Amino acid sequence: MSVIYFLISISIVVAVFFLVAFIKAVQSGQYDDDYTPSVRMLFDDEIINTTKNKNQLNITEEKQ
Amino acid sequence: MDTMHCYHCGLTIQDKDVLVFEEKEFCCNGCKTVYEIFRQNDLTCYYDFQAAPGATPTDINGKYDFLTDATIVSKLLEFEEASTHIVSLYLPHIHCSSCIWILENLHKLHPGIGSAQVNFPAKKVRISFDPQQISLKALVELLCSIGYEPYISLENYEGEKHKIDRSLIYKIGVAFFSFGNIMLLSFPEYFEVEEFWINQYRGFFRWLIFFLSLPPLLYSASGYYVSAWKSIRAKMLNIEIPIALGIIVMFVRSTVDIVMDYGQGFFDSMCGLIFFMLLGKLFQQKTYNFLSFERDYKSYFPIAVTKISPNGTEEPVQVYAIEKGDRLLIRNQELIPVDGILISEKAAIDYSFVTGEAVPIEKKSGDKIYAGGKQLGKVIEMEVLFSVSQSYLTQLWSNDVFQKKLHSKHKNITDRISHYFTPALLLLALVSFGYWIFLDTDTAFNVFTAILIVACPCALALTAPFTLGNVLRILGRQQLYLKNAQVIEQMAQVDTIVFDKTGTITTNKKTAITYEGSPLDAHELWLLKNTLRGSNHPLSRRLYEYLPAQEKATVTHFEEVTGKGVFATVEGHAVKLGSSQFLQHLSENTHKKTKVHVEIDGVYKGSYVFNNQYREGLEALFERLSASYHLVVLSGDNDGERKILEKMLPAGTSLVFNQKPEAKLAYIEALQQEGKNVMMVGDGLNDAGALAQSNVGLSISENVNVFSPACDGILDASQFSKIGYFLQYARNAMKIIYMSFAISLLYNVVGLTYAVTGNLLPIVAAIIMPLSTITIVSFVTLMSNAYARERFFQTKKTVKNAA
Repeated sequence: MSVIYFLISISIVVAVFFLVAFIKAVQSGQYDDDYTPSVRMLFDDEIINTTKNKNQLNITEEKQ
Repeated sequence: MDTMHCYHCGLTIQDKDVLVFEEKEFCCNGCKTVYEIFRQNDLTCYYDFQAAPGATPTDINGKYDFLTDATIVSKLLEFEEASTHIVSLYLPHIHCSSCIWILENLHKLHPGIGSAQVNFPAKKVRISFDPQQISLKALVELLCSIGYEPYISLENYEGEKHKIDRSLIYKIGVAFFSFGNIMLLSFPEYFEVEEFWINQYRGFFRWLIFFLSLPPLLYSASGYYVSAWKSIRAKMLNIEIPIALGIIVMFVRSTVDIVMDYGQGFFDSMCGLIFFMLLGKLFQQKTYNFLSFERDYKSYFPIAVTKISPNGTEEPVQVYAIEKGDRLLIRNQELIPVDGILISEKAAIDYSFVTGEAVPIEKKSGDKIYAGGKQLGKVIEMEVLFSVSQSYLTQLWSNDVFQKKLHSKHKNITDRISHYFTPALLLLALVSFGYWIFLDTDTAFNVFTAILIVACPCALALTAPFTLGNVLRILGRQQLYLKNAQVIEQMAQVDTIVFDKTGTITTNKKTAITYEGSPLDAHELWLLKNTLRGSNHPLSRRLYEYLPAQEKATVTHFEEVTGKGVFATVEGHAVKLGSSQFLQHLSENTHKKTKVHVEIDGVYKGSYVFNNQYREGLEALFERLSASYHLVVLSGDNDGERKILEKMLPAGTSLVFNQKPEAKLAYIEALQQEGKNVMMVGDGLNDAGALAQSNVGLSISENVNVFSPACDGILDASQFSKIGYFLQYARNAMKIIYMSFAISLLYNVVGLTYAVTGNLLPIVAAIIMPLSTITIVSFVTLMSNAYARERFFQTKKTVKNAA
């Protein structure tokens, strides 16, 4: 039955590991601004998109 | 007719002034240039995220010359190395996702820029750049050229890089860690299964829980002990005392329980309690970080000015390095940082910043000029009379009222309640203890501790922060930004409202213009408009916008006499515009109104009169407010508009004219001595004393980033007519708090009946405590949203009625 000591120790160690990871993450400052990243992640490909759109526009204009 | 809007900045464009470029309309060359810059660099999707996100770039000619000074630059830089510099700049214009996008793509505009990262809530951008390719000055000018003018002030210069306080998050993390683990480990005992293996491991589980509960007790809850101790020393009974007492008693009782093997203790409830209360604190902290109210007059001042050294060279110097006798060069639109004597022949100084009066004051060589004025027009030279810390503006600001930032006069609602709650609780605990001690000593101790545990007023403590926090957020969405939650409590108690006139009940933006005199025909209007085109005087600009669009004409001669008027020859016709003095035309009571006189070809035609325009909904607002508040209008101006105001505003409104800033302050003080709770609605620095003195100082601002730091709240000018609603909402918020106090007391009564009779089981405590917290939090959130929505429907109705 002493397996329970072992299991609980492991579970506590895992929990402590996550607590430390959380504290490290906060320390690094990544929770200081919780708004901008949510917008930023939507940006990446926009430039390519517009050039594409413009090309399409040009093509349609040429057709006309 | 279709109204056109500028593709870049969204401004409504007057018909004929439109500039068309690539089938897009622009209001001015500035906006067009920004578009061209973006177009050339393939950055036009700036306009895709949000329609018309831009700002017109301002004229910055020479404004940032001080950034060539190495010491100033190194003070502003966050990180400095040979090939990389990092700077954080505050850009007030940041307001939408387009802003984030364009700023983070800044490196496409200049190869010297490495990367840029926007912090949207703080309106800051952190840019790393290569100083060999682009200097800080060039970088700032680049930002200005695309409409993002940074805001660099003494504050940036002086402020040590303050650390961000993240301790609350750590505390919550630790509390949650312990709370979660303890809950899991407590489960076997909740069900009280008398099984062999449970009994065998009971000790192990309990002691593990004991050790897990130490970090929250010692670290997470530490703030409560400190605050409780402070309030005991100040001989006040605040809500932190029963909380701290509850936590400590819980811990001691639980430890005794497991040592003596009485039971499992209340460690789970204790950690849950700490966790929930810290969560409430975080919520309170998060709701409000939109604007920093911690500014003072320094933030308005430039960091550096241009000094003319005795040998005639110009050099930028820091404001604090200015000494008596120095000669300074003040450019167009620059703020005068110190009092001094004008050396140049003439200057037109706009003191709107200090007095609220929009019309520039003319000064001649040798006149004294005061700090806070803004030079309009030509470059002027001045000689310094005092150092910065001795000037008029600094003195106005160092008035006593600004010093006592802590409103010690006002006790908040939670403290008022706990003033009764804490003694009552202690009394109940002692009485029950006294009763039980005769029957059974063990139970007596149990009951005593159980009362303190179950009555631990966590729901009570959470009520006010949650309600007021939510109300703050809702008000923020409606563009009323309050300094802190306490302002709401004070708003609910207001019985007298004092309004400033200029800039508060009148708008600065649009001034109604009327014409008096012999009517002008189309030809004359055409001459007039073309004359005005060349003038930069604020009144000229306003009149120019007011006149119908005309074809362009060649102006052969143009002369602007600063502070007097304009003289021009347009297509052979002599046009003279300006003050009556300038036109040598005598008219009556000229000083009562702001007028621009017109003379064409030597014949006096008449004058344009600029009336102050009152804000929309002013009459309705005063009508509504007059039912329950005493209203006062204070004005720094002469009483030229008394009659109009008397007609417009409901009877019983006091009108007081010719009030200097000090007099306004004294007026408010006198009202307060009569026992009134005064709300002051003002607009700027000249009201600052009155705003600070009043119980609630509300500042009306066309631009919420520019405001008086003395106020308790900033209201966007477009929301002016809603003041009545905001006051009503504040009263409702207090009602919600009282209701939820009642609910949380109900929970306490239920819990106490268990406690007093000596039947408080750990599982009951573990259920009641989070349950009461959750009920309270959801109740106040729902109620405050409901009250906000109720009003939304009301306005809809009134809009319909009006239509």
